[in-house]
Amino acid sequence: MELFNSESKKIISDPINVNNPISLQVLGICSALAVTIRLDQAIIMTLAVVFVLCSSNVILSLIRNYIPTRVRIVIMLSVIASLVSVVDELLKAYLYDMSKQLSVFVGLIITNCIIMGRAEAFALKHGPSKAFLDGLGNSMGYGLIIIIVSFFRELFGAGTITLPDGGAGYVLWSIPDSWYAAGYENIGLLVLSPGAFIILGLVIWIQREFAGVEEDA
Amino acid sequence: MNFLRKIFEETGKYVEEGKPLSWAYPLWEAADTIFFSTNKQTSKGPHIRDNMDIKRTMFFVVIALIPCYAFGAYNIGYLNALAMDLERGLIGNTIFGLGYVIPILIATFVAGAICELTFAIIRKHEVNEGFLVSCALIPLTMPPDVPLWQVFIGTSFGIIIGKEIFGGVGTNIFNPALTSRAFMYFAFPTKISGDKVWAVGPDGYSGATALAIPANPTEYDTASNLFAANNQFDFSMINMFWGLIPGSIGETNKLFILFGAFFLIYCGIASWRIMVSSTLGLVFTALLFNLLNYLTVDGILQSGGTPNAMLTITPLQHILIGSFLFGTVFMATEPVTSSHTNTGRWIYGFLIGVLTVIIRSINPAYPEGVFLAILIMNMFAPLIDYYVVQANIKMRLSRNV
Repeated sequence: MELFNSESKKIISDPINVNNPISLQVLGICSALAVTIRLDQAIIMTLAVVFVLCSSNVILSLIRNYIPTRVRIVIMLSVIASLVSVVDELLKAYLYDMSKQLSVFVGLIITNCIIMGRAEAFALKHGPSKAFLDGLGNSMGYGLIIIIVSFFRELFGAGTITLPDGGAGYVLWSIPDSWYAAGYENIGLLVLSPGAFIILGLVIWIQREFAGVEEDA
Repeated sequence: MNFLRKIFEETGKYVEEGKPLSWAYPLWEAADTIFFSTNKQTSKGPHIRDNMDIKRTMFFVVIALIPCYAFGAYNIGYLNALAMDLERGLIGNTIFGLGYVIPILIATFVAGAICELTFAIIRKHEVNEGFLVSCALIPLTMPPDVPLWQVFIGTSFGIIIGKEIFGGVGTNIFNPALTSRAFMYFAFPTKISGDKVWAVGPDGYSGATALAIPANPTEYDTASNLFAANNQFDFSMINMFWGLIPGSIGETNKLFILFGAFFLIYCGIASWRIMVSSTLGLVFTALLFNLLNYLTVDGILQSGGTPNAMLTITPLQHILIGSFLFGTVFMATEPVTSSHTNTGRWIYGFLIGVLTVIIRSINPAYPEGVFLAILIMNMFAPLIDYYVVQANIKMRLSRNV
């Protein structure tokens, strides 16, 4: 099979746009709310999800013919959980500050509906290369949304833009003190979880508008 | 009139369907119906013909708010004169206050009009006058020294998130004015958290509001004693009734709010059931808390913990401090977001009163609970209506065996 024929392209681009796991299917919302306070957290989270989702899709797709249907959930969970543990340990080893900030939310990737959903809906029915592309597309669709949400939350909520580095994050830009002196104030609501809901809702609204999705009346 | 009619007929030709300016039809329609009643006829039932359309209803609410605006402006000037040790007189104080009220009003209306017109043009619905009332209410819930850009953002949020995303006036769940108030409260807590005095004074001028005094006392005492001990402002009952205390622009003078309430009830716009039942709910809960306080401090339930002075506020004080009256008269009775059945209105109003006292007294983080109570009950209003209607159906069925 060719890697970049039109079907593969569709597998990878659909979840980013017209079938986005967060904004269209509304899956994986919990982590999208929890780790979007700062941009660097969202970026690291995205990388972790890309790794876990691609690997779990490929592994499950490879062994799909040997999994008895009745116990598939258990097997899927154990594969995903081992991969998440690997990510967790890697973060603790090399990005300790980040791992402390993300705290339980790395471990909670296991319960992220997107990963189980893709394993169940796609990986168990397709070959490994397609499953890999599907995992890549879905995790990037997830990442795109949480990066957008966290960008706005951090910029307007805390007044900074932070990129990940080895330590506590590299502040790319922060609102200058002269703005604060002129009366500017950060919108404290965005740092709270309801702020994430509001931004996410607006992103979903705009995305559906562009993707041309019609709500059922 | 003929002259006006001619103008609208001439300009109307340019915004008909198919013409290049047809996107501006909502604007034309909005201006037209200010002067003339519409000649459009409904094509489907129900056919209700009444001159009391949304535009007129909303206009009466705006009229009822004018005294609150006038007093709000005067109060800003009065408190400023008090803080600066000045003598300015009635006119001087009002003019000084208008200098703060009018910019807020303009910021609100500009933001509201931009959002409303944008949505009217994109969604191709008619410009709805509901935003006039929302925009007239928002400045009254603001502190006088609030930055105008925050008013702008708050209003846009209230109009878009509170109303337009639900489909505009008539389909919104939450009161748009309160939505923007709640947004401002959580987004910019340093400006409007409600525990510091809202008055235009010299730099660094500050103090505790009537609600914050019993919330954070230096040592426990009854609320009445704490009010009496405060020497920055005169928090006596009669002074709180006349409204010469710091607060949001429109909420301090209870007499003018009552005047607005009677006006709205007389015109048949606001529901008296909601106003009465929410007051009942407030009195009931306040008395319950007074009893609880009596039992835990002096009575049989003494625990030895620090008593909560908020529990000692009497029902009358609850009505006079903060913006309970303003909220229940102008916000809770909003016809769209309140309950629609009469039994439902009693329940809805009563629970607003109960929640107001609970949020005020039990939760130390929120000194003012009215707007949160009304928003929560807005959410439950359709549910209350549903069960009232179902109960009625069941009752009639069982009667008819």
